[in-house]
Amino acid sequence: MINIKIKYLVFVCSVSLLFYSCDEVFPEAPAENELLDGPMEGLSFSEQNRFLAGDVAFNDEIFTPESGLGPMFVATSCGSCHPGDGRGHPFTTLTRFGQTSPNQNTNIPPGAPQLQNRAIPGFEPERLPSGVPFMKFTPPAVTGLGLLAALTDAQILENADPNDDDGDGISGVPNYITPPDYFQPQWFHQSLNGKFIGRFGKKAAAIDLLQQTATAYNQDMGVTSTFESLDVATDFTIDPEVSDQTIRDVVFYLRTLKAPIQRDSDASDVIRGQQIFSDIKCGSCHISTWTTPESDIEALSNKTFYPYTDLLLHDMGPGLDDGATEGSAETYEWRTPPLWGLGLSADSQGGELFLMHDGRAKTIEEAILMHGGEASTSRDSFEQLSETDKQKLLTFLKSL
Amino acid sequence: MKTSTFIYKNLKLLLILVFSGMGASVLAQRVSTDTTSIQMNMDAVYNRPFLKAGSFPVALGGYVEAHGQYFVTDGISEGISFKIPRMTLFVSSSILDRIKFLSEIEFEEGTKEINIEFAALDFEFHPLFNFRGGIIMNPIGAFNQNHDGPNWEFVDRPISATTIIPATFSNVGFGFHGKTYQKQWVWAYEAYVTNGFNDQIIANSEGRAWLPAAKENVDRFEENFNAIPLVTLKTAIRHRQIGEIGLSWMGDVYNKYEEDGLVLDVKRRLDVFAIDFNTTIKKKLDITGEWVWAFLDVPDSYSQQFGTQQQGGFVDVVYTVIKRKMLGWENARINLALRLEHVDYNVGSFNETGGTIHDDIQAIVPAISFRPSAQTVIRANYRYMWETDLLGNPPVKTAGIEIGVSSYF
Repeated sequence: MINIKIKYLVFVCSVSLLFYSCDEVFPEAPAENELLDGPMEGLSFSEQNRFLAGDVAFNDEIFTPESGLGPMFVATSCGSCHPGDGRGHPFTTLTRFGQTSPNQNTNIPPGAPQLQNRAIPGFEPERLPSGVPFMKFTPPAVTGLGLLAALTDAQILENADPNDDDGDGISGVPNYITPPDYFQPQWFHQSLNGKFIGRFGKKAAAIDLLQQTATAYNQDMGVTSTFESLDVATDFTIDPEVSDQTIRDVVFYLRTLKAPIQRDSDASDVIRGQQIFSDIKCGSCHISTWTTPESDIEALSNKTFYPYTDLLLHDMGPGLDDGATEGSAETYEWRTPPLWGLGLSADSQGGELFLMHDGRAKTIEEAILMHGGEASTSRDSFEQLSETDKQKLLTFLKSL
Repeated sequence: MKTSTFIYKNLKLLLILVFSGMGASVLAQRVSTDTTSIQMNMDAVYNRPFLKAGSFPVALGGYVEAHGQYFVTDGISEGISFKIPRMTLFVSSSILDRIKFLSEIEFEEGTKEINIEFAALDFEFHPLFNFRGGIIMNPIGAFNQNHDGPNWEFVDRPISATTIIPATFSNVGFGFHGKTYQKQWVWAYEAYVTNGFNDQIIANSEGRAWLPAAKENVDRFEENFNAIPLVTLKTAIRHRQIGEIGLSWMGDVYNKYEEDGLVLDVKRRLDVFAIDFNTTIKKKLDITGEWVWAFLDVPDSYSQQFGTQQQGGFVDVVYTVIKRKMLGWENARINLALRLEHVDYNVGSFNETGGTIHDDIQAIVPAISFRPSAQTVIRANYRYMWETDLLGNPPVKTAGIEIGVSSYF
């Protein structure tokens, strides 16, 4: 009997020890700087609740034919394009087509500007008309968008240099967009002939996050709202399939997602890489540091952040000229994409990298070498770096 | 009328029946069986302990499961919670010699769901030729028929058996079953036509081909979704000393391809194949497993999120460490057990990149159980699970402890 008791005791102690000694018994949370999702610091209780509602709508709500999906669509949820709030996979690449030059929309064929390449059973997906110019967009990460949205147009225009007056070879042009009828200008917006500066999207075609969100529901998922009420299949107005509240919650969620956090910022290679980044003038377009003005969300007010973008369009050369465009952008012009979160891209792209606007670059180095136009000088400078310095630059970029 | 509405409206009657049965149980005799060593999986439905009062032709039974759990997912826990996943009542009746009836009514998570899982009449014309009609459990794999909680050392049901085979999967229909014996060998078959699947399996809020979504069609007990019956076939062979192996298939057109004479789509099939086995080694080591493949015809133009092929399975190893009188219970046992599971909800590769589509789960579940008798179990499980999304991003890791009880009554 005593022998059995001892056996039991040993067993219970062993199990207890196992649970107390092994970190892997319960999986630990990944480090905060390894994740893109999560709210920014400083939200109030009510703001946290609203963030949560938006999080559920963004990541958990999967549309079905019954709840409004399609009939033609690209993705079934916001989260399927932006897994973990990060960059998307070519599986949900968007195709935009029809517009061949700035502010010229006369040639837009039916179904444009976005192709819905999937359809619910019993329906046919949209087909790209033969010979039409098109461009493909890999879905971007959505983290930190609230900080970019909080900037004033005046701040963005400070870096614009359309005629390259300073002679540095870098222009920087805002994409002026005709606003949708539901757009409500804020105090920081500036209009030009009834148009406003776009700051979201690969060509900066969306002025604010409401436009970006309502358009994505409509064009990506085929879900109508009071904001975007046209059915993608018929172009007729139909009843809203998602509520205003849900759209507003998602916008709030996007506004209050935390910014990506840099890793290993004190490492010597990262510091040296950052210096090289600056030396070869990458920072002329990928502007590192911004500060928000006052905002209606306290957590967004007066915050200094590091997105590495100027939100302006730049000539990227013939190699990246897809022959199609949006708004007032030229076909060869692309908005400087934020580089924050670049080092975590593989964690949302299935372990691989699909960089540049359409995912054509499989490594960061490839992406750099694809830069042309205004970025040619920086690209050439990169090519002339020693292998060690190249690696340091890449280490810095991976730390973002 | 919905099944649940019907049950609610007849709840009083049901309770009277149950309590009458309990009253009668003063005089009742427990028809007890060792439910952990059944003859064949197909017999599981009748191989349950019942209370029978004298010559009263009705016998009652049931089982209950309850557990507490603490899970952590990537460092975040929802805390401790307690569940009663199901309480099930059986009523069986010998109507005439070789004509019997059995029903199984399940209350899931309180009364969140009330389902008739089985309610069928069996007519035995010959041991090899029995006619069964009513609500039957489709004999796909083994778990769907042999799913009673007290039979298992694990709190959770196997993932593949509940999400690829949507156990418990019952439908209205008819069919035949039979068995024959020769020396150490038993051979059995089952063949049924029933109502079947519907297009929610690829149009659901899970965002993946999800066979359990078919059960959300509340009309499936009164009409077939698309007028084509689900055919389920199973054959199994058992050697009394070695064990049992079963092969099963069910297939159906799942979409509404025609309505009011209008052709809406092509016929799209779902076919599910399963292999199951179980064996006992030296009366101490039980090994049970099941593997399932599902093939779906999903429109090419629909999202690749809804895969055309799924597969998965589990292996349970249960080792009896102690079997003797313990704490006054004769034949009490302590078992150590381990379950390994894998499911892949989307077997294939992306059209765009050629890369592997993931959407898979792996789990390992060590367990310890104490059985005062074969019909009652107290069990503690530790589960560690890796869930990888469609794209193959770093898996979400979940681990937790579940402690629960389950017993026939």
